[in-house]
This record gives sequence, C-alpha cells and structure tokens, in this order.
Amino acid sequence: MTNWSEETIKVAETELALIKGGAGKPLLIFHDELGYPGWMAWNGALAETRTLLIPLQPGFGKTTRVEWIRTYRDLAGFYSQMVREMRLEPIDVIGFSAGGFIAAEMAAADPKIFSHMVLVAPMGIKPNEGEILDFFALTIRHHLRATVAEPDKTPEFDQIYGGEMTPAQFEAFEDARAETARIGWEPFMHNPSLPYLLRGLTTPTLLIWGTRDSVVPRGCIDEYRRVIPGAQVVELAGVGHRPEIEDALSFERAVEKFLMA
Amino acid sequence: MKIGYFTERPYRWLPEEEVLKNHSFFAVSNRFFDAEKAADDYNYYIDENCYAEELGFDLVALNEHHGNPFCMGSVMNVEAAVLASRTKRVKIVLIGNPLPVIKHPLRMTEELAEIDLISRGRLVTGWVRGAGSEQFFNNANPAYNREMFNEAHDFIVQAWTRPGPWRYEGKHFHYRHVNPWALPYQKPHPPMWIPGVISPETVKWCAEHRYPYIGLGTLLGPTCDLWDFYADEAARHGYQAGPENFGYLIPTVVAQTQEKADDIANNFVFGGGQNAFSRPEFTMPPGYNSKSAIRMLAKQPTGSWLGVSGEKLAQHLESGEPEQVDYDDVRRKLIAGLEKVKRNYQVIAGTPESVLAKVKTILRILRPGVFIMFSVQGPVSNEERRESMRLFAEGVMPGLRQYAREIDLADAFERTPGSVDLRNDTRERVVDRSPLQELGLR
Repeated sequence: MTNWSEETIKVAETELALIKGGAGKPLLIFHDELGYPGWMAWNGALAETRTLLIPLQPGFGKTTRVEWIRTYRDLAGFYSQMVREMRLEPIDVIGFSAGGFIAAEMAAADPKIFSHMVLVAPMGIKPNEGEILDFFALTIRHHLRATVAEPDKTPEFDQIYGGEMTPAQFEAFEDARAETARIGWEPFMHNPSLPYLLRGLTTPTLLIWGTRDSVVPRGCIDEYRRVIPGAQVVELAGVGHRPEIEDALSFERAVEKFLMA
Repeated sequence: MKIGYFTERPYRWLPEEEVLKNHSFFAVSNRFFDAEKAADDYNYYIDENCYAEELGFDLVALNEHHGNPFCMGSVMNVEAAVLASRTKRVKIVLIGNPLPVIKHPLRMTEELAEIDLISRGRLVTGWVRGAGSEQFFNNANPAYNREMFNEAHDFIVQAWTRPGPWRYEGKHFHYRHVNPWALPYQKPHPPMWIPGVISPETVKWCAEHRYPYIGLGTLLGPTCDLWDFYADEAARHGYQAGPENFGYLIPTVVAQTQEKADDIANNFVFGGGQNAFSRPEFTMPPGYNSKSAIRMLAKQPTGSWLGVSGEKLAQHLESGEPEQVDYDDVRRKLIAGLEKVKRNYQVIAGTPESVLAKVKTILRILRPGVFIMFSVQGPVSNEERRESMRLFAEGVMPGLRQYAREIDLADAFERTPGSVDLRNDTRERVVDRSPLQELGLR
C-alpha cells in the first residue's frame, strides 16, 4: 500500500485538511457529498505513478466551515484559489459525484485550470431525463446503501459503512450532509447556468458512469456530453454510484488510459 | 396563571391504516382529503375555539404544520384572523409561526399586525423553526434554519419598532422598502412566547430575549432540566426567572368516568400519535439539529413531540427495510404504550377530580405561569371533545386557579417576564423536583 498522510495547508485564508499520497505528477481529487471515504485500493493503484491531492471539503469536519461558501460555485472558486496558490495549474482532476460538480464549475470558470478532467457520476447539471436521487430525504443508512449496486459484493464498502455506526461516524456523516444541504439544497445539486458556461470546453474530459447508478441518472451524463462534445464516456456494467470500489480494476484502467493519452 | 386551550385541529376522516402503512402522518397522500369534511372540520374548530372562550379559558393557542393531516392549521394566521373577529376576550396565542419555513418576515409583520388590530391587542405571537418535515414541504434549507429564524425575528422586531421607510440588506432576507403601514395595536409589539421541545439553543435564545418558553408536552424531568437551564441563562443576564417565564402544554382528556376518559385518550395514539408525525428521514433533515440537540436527544430515552425523540434518532441510524406489519398488533402496542405515557404524566386522562390532582402536581413541579390543555387527537366526535372541554372548565379550572394563587404562579401578563432582578447574585429555584421521586419519574 502506498504511503499517504494527512496534512493541513493554508490556502485561500483557510486551514485546509489535505490527504496526500503517492509520487509523481500531481492529481487532484474531489471527494463526494458524503465526505472522503478513506484510502482505498484505487487510490493505491493511481498513487504508484501520481501524487494524489485530496482536499477535505470545508464544513465536513476536518476542515472547518467557510462562512462565505454558500453555493457549489463558491466552493469551486475556493478550490480554484487553492490551485492558484499552490501553483498547480494546469492539473489533472477526478471529481466524484458532487466532487464532479465542483470540478465542472471550476472548468467552466477557468477552462485552462485542468489538463484532464475525470467526472465520475457527476452531479451539477439537471438531467435531461430522470432525477438526481433526493438523498436529503433519506436516512443516512439508506443513502449509503443507495450508493452501491450490491453492497455484499463490494468489500471496500464495509470500510465506508459496515452496517454499524459509531457516534463519531454518525456526526461526521451529519456534518457532510449539513454542509451539502447548505450549498446544494436548492436548486438541488445542480446549477442551471453551468451547462451554458461549459459550452465549448476543450479540456479533455472523461465521464464514468455505472449502469446501476441509482443516485445520478444517465441523463446527467448525456447532458455533460451534450455541452462538452469531445467528452468520452465509459460506462461500467452492473456498477452503482461508486465505480471506483465496485469495479476498481475497470475504473483504474479507464482513468489511467485517459490520463496518459 | 393563565389557562389555555389548544387543539392540533386533526383531520378526522383518515383511515388509520393509511397512516400506519406510511409510518407517519406526513406524506400520506392527499388523495384521502375530502373537501366537504374538511370544510366542516375547519368551521367546527373555529367554533370550538369560540366555545373555549365561552367556557372561561383565558387563551386559545394555534399552531401550524404543512402537508400533514395531524394538524390542519396549514396557514394558522388565517384562523387567527377569523378568531380575532369572532372572539371578544381570549388572547390568541400563536405557537408559532415557522419563520424559516415561511421565508417572508416582512409579510409576516403585516399579517400579524392585522390580526392584532382586528382583535384590538389580543395577539400573543410566537415563533418556531418549523418541524423537520416542514423544511422539505417548503423547500426551506434546513442547514440555514436557525440563522433564518434569528434573522427573521430580529427583522420583525425592527420592522415593528423602527419608523420607515428604510432599506434592509441581510444575509437571508433583503427588502428595498420596509415601511409596513399596518403596525401592531399593542406597543411596542405583541408579546412573544416561544414553544419548544428539547433544543437548548432555543431555551438559551428565549432567556436572552426574556421570552416565555412554552414546553410542549416534554417529560417532566427533562423539562425541569431545561427550565433550570433557562433560569441559569436568565441569571447570567441579570434577572430571576419565574412562572412568568414558563408555560406548559399537555394532552388532556376529561370525562365523567375514568373508563370513558381512557377510551377517548386512546385517540392520542391514533395512527401512532405524535411519534408518527413524520418518518425519521423527514424529522431530522441535514443540518437542522445542532450537535448538542442530537446528543441530548440520544440521552432522552422516551417521550417525544412531533416525532422528535431518542427512538427516532436510533431509527435514523438503524432503520432498515420495511417489514411485514400486523396493523392490529401495532394498534394494541400503541395503546399499551400509552399506559406508560400516562404514568409519565405526558397524557392526562380522567375524571375532573383525578385530572385536577394530576395537573396540580404538574403545576407544583414546573411552576408554569401558563397551562394549556391540549385536546384529543384522532376521530373523536364533536360532542366528546366539547364534553371534555366543559368538564375541564367546570371541574378542573377553578381548582387550578385557586392552587395557582396559593403557590404564586404569576403569569406573563401579571408580571413582565425578565422584570425581576436577581437577589444577592444567586438565583432562586424555578422548579420543585421533589414530587418526581414520589411519582417514580426520576
């Protein structure tokens, strides 16, 4: 397993918690709306050739809440400041779910900020068909379960949620849910102007989606592809909202191939 | 002490099984709504509140919930306006307007001022955050609930007291032209009472503002804790809290016989009762409860109001897949559970004599300046509801008034809340816990 560490960096006038691991060219990773789930096998695989930088979102516990961040666009602006201050641009990025929303907002505001953009089951655009699951109207347990197609066949899912929850874990999830509500309650997990601002984006973009995703419908992927015509799509059969742990090998292959191109 | 009357104005024509199947009142489909029956009920409940005035109650209390047959008061200010015109003497107490859910404090100042003017100064206006389910129904961001509550409250007080026009640029609310023509009849504005369940933040806020806190059927022991906390906070602000700072509302049924009272009181658990107000996923939306409130909930093993309870918190963590349910068995369990609730003094049911004795005990423990009878839920007939009110007014109220005088329960109209200075920098006690032990409650 690759070594990783947690450190605190001062960016955008904020003490930001950052997971850092691996070696090589930096790769920025935005976790999803439930928070950083821990270092998984796919992290280790990518970290063999890349330095993974995983900021822990403000308001999710480790990094304190940033008062002025009231929308995903604000959050994207915050992370753009981080990228500038760390002199990382252009950088490759992977965004998961709401993390994809963040990356897309950053690319829309600054088309040169990313050299490659991987969006895994991204939110951010209203789907042309279907709806993003209203996970705010679910208990945390049901929300967690909805993120994978087959929990029993996804060993790493146990590391995220093994069926029991300590009060500390519950509080961490509640922090994540509260902050996600704060910035994504209405319009729900999308920004109506985002597709217009993404039009014509030439950043190489990869969209990854599992065919059994019950959180983000295929309609979101179709909309992203419509506004970013050059975007590639990799569809993983039988996989839910967490392709990176449900079919880690296919996920890693797709990402590595795309980033090396 | 003031004695009040309150009903949730339940929709009484809902098949109980639909609530049980749905595991809550909230989110039962409105295809079960019958306009003719609801029209009868809305008019009946207005009449019932007028009847409370005839019977000698000092105040009638109204509340508001959304999308929920548990309480038909979807727009409480409409009912309050009707009562402002129909009644002559009673105070009209709103417990309360859900400010973060309505999201329009300027309009609220106008609506309430009109009610206060029509009633010629009989409005007592209270504020609430709105139940969890209301955040969903009104798409009100739960993570900003407390901020919006505070900002809306502060804005309303300003709009009622600072001559306009002026401009307002806040965090959540923005108005170009604040100059409501209709201002309240009462000066500087109507009294404000704040109802609550468990949130220490609300209690702290009340104490800071010297607003009376109305406990909504909370368990006696934890209520004592909350009121001690209020009194501690009051002392930090330099005043001695007393009965004028507290009110208590409790489900109450009075009948000619204990058996009849118990029979009627079973309707408090119709469909699951307060515990079934909304399912866990709607009761605790993200960011709605502070961490300290969640921790406090976890410590409170029984007792609930509008589905907020330690049990619900556990379900929030653990609720699994829906299971096969025997609804007759559920009903039996609900009624069996009610016995414990009665023993805890969370539902009072009996003859006038037994109810008087129990409510006197509550008064002795909590020393509230306001006691509010919460009338029965479920499909209970107009006649039984009125009989319970009448027996309370004739057989319980006089004894309560006398006892309140004996133990000096001054209300918020007799003594301005927050007007008593601390003596020697130490606060006096506000509750009497000694009967709790005798009752086996703590």
